[in-house]
Amino acid sequence: MVEVERHSYDVVVIGAGGSGLRAVIEARQRGLKVAVVSKSLFGKAHTVMAEGGCAAAMGNANSKDSWKVHFADTMRGGKFLNNWRMAELHAQESAERVWELETYGALFDRTKDGRISQRNFGGHTYPRLAHVGDRTGLEIIRTLQQKIVSLQQEDKAELGDYEARIKVFAECSITELILDETGGEKRVAGAFGYWRETGEFILFEAPAVVLATGGIGKSFKVSSNSWEYSGDGHALALRAGSALINMEFIQFHPTGMVWPPSVKGILVTEGVRGDGGVLKNSEGKRFMFNYIPPVFKGQYAETEEEADQWLKDNDSARRTPDLLPRDEVARAINTEVKAGRGSPHGGVYLDIASRMTPEEIQRRLPSMYHQFLELAEVDITKDAMEVGPTCHYVMGGIEVDPDTGAAATLGLFAAGECSGGMHGSNRLGGNSLSDLLVFGRRAGLGAADYVRALSSRPTVSPAAVESAAELALVPFTGPQGTAKPENPYMLHSELQQTMNDLVGIIRNETEIREAMAKLEEYKVRFRNIESQGGRAFNPGWHLALDMRNMLLVSECVAKASLARTESRGGHTRDDHPKMDSEWRRTLLACRAGGNDPVVPEVTVTKERQAPMREDLLAQFDLEELGKYYTDEELAAHPGRTEELP
Amino acid sequence: MTYEAKLRVWRGDDDGGELRDFAVDVNDGEVILDVIHRLQAEQAPDLAVRWNCKAGKCGSCSAEINGRPRLMCMTRMSTYDEAETITVTPLRAFPVIRDLVTDVSFNYEKAREVPAFAPPKDLQPGEYRMDQIDVERSQEFRKCIECFLCQDVCHVVRDHEENKKAFAGPRFLMRTAELDMHPLDTLDRKDMAQEDLGLGYCNITKCCTEVCPEHIKITDNAIIPMKERVADRKYDPVVWLGNILFNRTK
Repeated sequence: MVEVERHSYDVVVIGAGGSGLRAVIEARQRGLKVAVVSKSLFGKAHTVMAEGGCAAAMGNANSKDSWKVHFADTMRGGKFLNNWRMAELHAQESAERVWELETYGALFDRTKDGRISQRNFGGHTYPRLAHVGDRTGLEIIRTLQQKIVSLQQEDKAELGDYEARIKVFAECSITELILDETGGEKRVAGAFGYWRETGEFILFEAPAVVLATGGIGKSFKVSSNSWEYSGDGHALALRAGSALINMEFIQFHPTGMVWPPSVKGILVTEGVRGDGGVLKNSEGKRFMFNYIPPVFKGQYAETEEEADQWLKDNDSARRTPDLLPRDEVARAINTEVKAGRGSPHGGVYLDIASRMTPEEIQRRLPSMYHQFLELAEVDITKDAMEVGPTCHYVMGGIEVDPDTGAAATLGLFAAGECSGGMHGSNRLGGNSLSDLLVFGRRAGLGAADYVRALSSRPTVSPAAVESAAELALVPFTGPQGTAKPENPYMLHSELQQTMNDLVGIIRNETEIREAMAKLEEYKVRFRNIESQGGRAFNPGWHLALDMRNMLLVSECVAKASLARTESRGGHTRDDHPKMDSEWRRTLLACRAGGNDPVVPEVTVTKERQAPMREDLLAQFDLEELGKYYTDEELAAHPGRTEELP
Repeated sequence: MTYEAKLRVWRGDDDGGELRDFAVDVNDGEVILDVIHRLQAEQAPDLAVRWNCKAGKCGSCSAEINGRPRLMCMTRMSTYDEAETITVTPLRAFPVIRDLVTDVSFNYEKAREVPAFAPPKDLQPGEYRMDQIDVERSQEFRKCIECFLCQDVCHVVRDHEENKKAFAGPRFLMRTAELDMHPLDTLDRKDMAQEDLGLGYCNITKCCTEVCPEHIKITDNAIIPMKERVADRKYDPVVWLGNILFNRTK
């Protein structure tokens, strides 16, 4: 019998970033006993890297802003492929969630009248992003972390134990969800994993699990994401029988660092452009004016004078195309570089030095100033930055009920980047931090309601624990027979290169098929992976286990990319360059199947997108909708019915 | 532009260990963490090291480089001579778990001892009004990425394990100052800083400020003002007399 430390909780939250911590707070405030499991130390999750801000229509900078405008901007940004209900809830609730952070102790930058200051960002009609310089994510994660500590202090006062209701399991990885199939229906019974420090096994018995594991960016070579982004939640949900949607949509942030090579991909905040920074090519030309796509014609400034006027006064001019949604800007940069108008290290220039005083740059963008000075020896108050696209965010994720965050598997919930639908085919900057807060809370609530309504608790079978433990130790055994042992670091590096080169920012059928063939090869080689050393804090073993998830999730990305024969948002096919209205109402759902429990086969099926509620559809004028929708879908639009005699 | 660097890395666990020598390739523009990663991928696959963002934002990859507490991701190889042997060791003030990874739970325990933000009870969400100039003081301290380099370097605990019980360290004295300077916090934090968190142990040598990767003026802007406020309270004869006459505890 394998040795396993056992714990029992009402709700287990996997992931301790913004959405996970917000879920913990909600479930605890509903009186439940909650565990939060985190691969890193408490407070280090990826949320910490968010820079620009958190979008919420508070109307502090422009009183014309409202949730309806935010909703419409979000739908446009996602090219109308978003789950409209999620976009609605998000736009309605994000302001409350931001204000709530102030009650936890957050200190956002202020307006002159003492309210929360809001900055411009790509795709947002009005200045909308609550921010703290260029370190907003740090403020949000620290605030949530400190709120959890304050709840623990309350529990200590009441029950004599800080950990009576919330316990943080830091540096602990979950490898498997355990299901109870005895009632005829599969439902979540717990989660199995290991302590990174000792390598010893741990089992959480819990009727509800909230996945809040973030993204998948570590499968790509040039990425702004940390090692934690190995798609764990995506893979756990798939293997537990839930579906992923929109996996073909990956956001390449237009501005990552490009030099030196070791920092290639590190994020340069969109706040640089939000505060007035402009993109230029090697000829010194502000090229974004040439890249306003037909769907956004008329919404963006067409001359430099107009763009600069807008910066001074939002209401008297149209916004600068430097702040088009991220997919558009990333493609534009890609095109400029390919046309030979790039910078020496294969990017373009991002200029803030000529637009603002050095003092103001240092005050508004302190992290960017230090990042460039210390890592690239570039003083951004004097010189332009070199930037290029970097894998930043996955729009795709676990298909959930918008109101409760429930996945298809009973007892399983998801929130934040690992869930799908909210952002459609492309996320607007600033909508991620707000997404974490709105849907983290909703998933915590959904899980709490689910647990309270249970008549019987699921149970964990000893066999399930045995097999999870066995699988986790396979890398130490190494290959069977005469096969060559695989070094997990090398296999990972090959996977990253493949995804980057063949399923990256611009795709086509030939390359995607090539990637799929390579993924098959990697799956075979993964069987031969070998971890040297012992179980105590062994990164080579940790990576081997993470690879299992990365391979599964990468296959979803490749297969969904092949199936979607159009270009939209974070999915660009140069063999199918047009956006197709029929595809707008079609979602691709990935499910796990086949006979291999280690890395299952992915099947992709088409699903019909839920049509938008009529009162929301009526927010948009018919002309705009005509660019995205089929004729048939618009038959009931008020604009159409009025035309009839 | 590639050269081979000489690296001396501490390997071992809580039972003991030793410095081991390695030769690792270095490319243009790389930082210590890149070289540690290459070492891990090519020569020492089980080398334990913490890291996350690789951009100086998360504070995970703290270590001592040639004896100086630093973030490995923000320390460029070009800081050192190509012929020099660079020594990388775990943070000295905390117990070793394995290789470059230490047990930093001390910091999380101390974090719980700082009473949380306490806003006015009747103030509703959305009604908070604060001036930029008033939030800026606390904002400086909220730049902290919790790398714990200040906790590591502080000589009050660095070589005095026995002081850990009574002393919260620069990070959490700063946290107290941050809350004390928060325009809407309602608690009086001066006595707790002195009595519960060990403010008096600090003799302002400014080592914490020197190693802070966020360039926060921990000593000048957080600790000294707290000390001054405590001093005003404790040694102001009028306050002292008032406390006695009116039986005030705060």
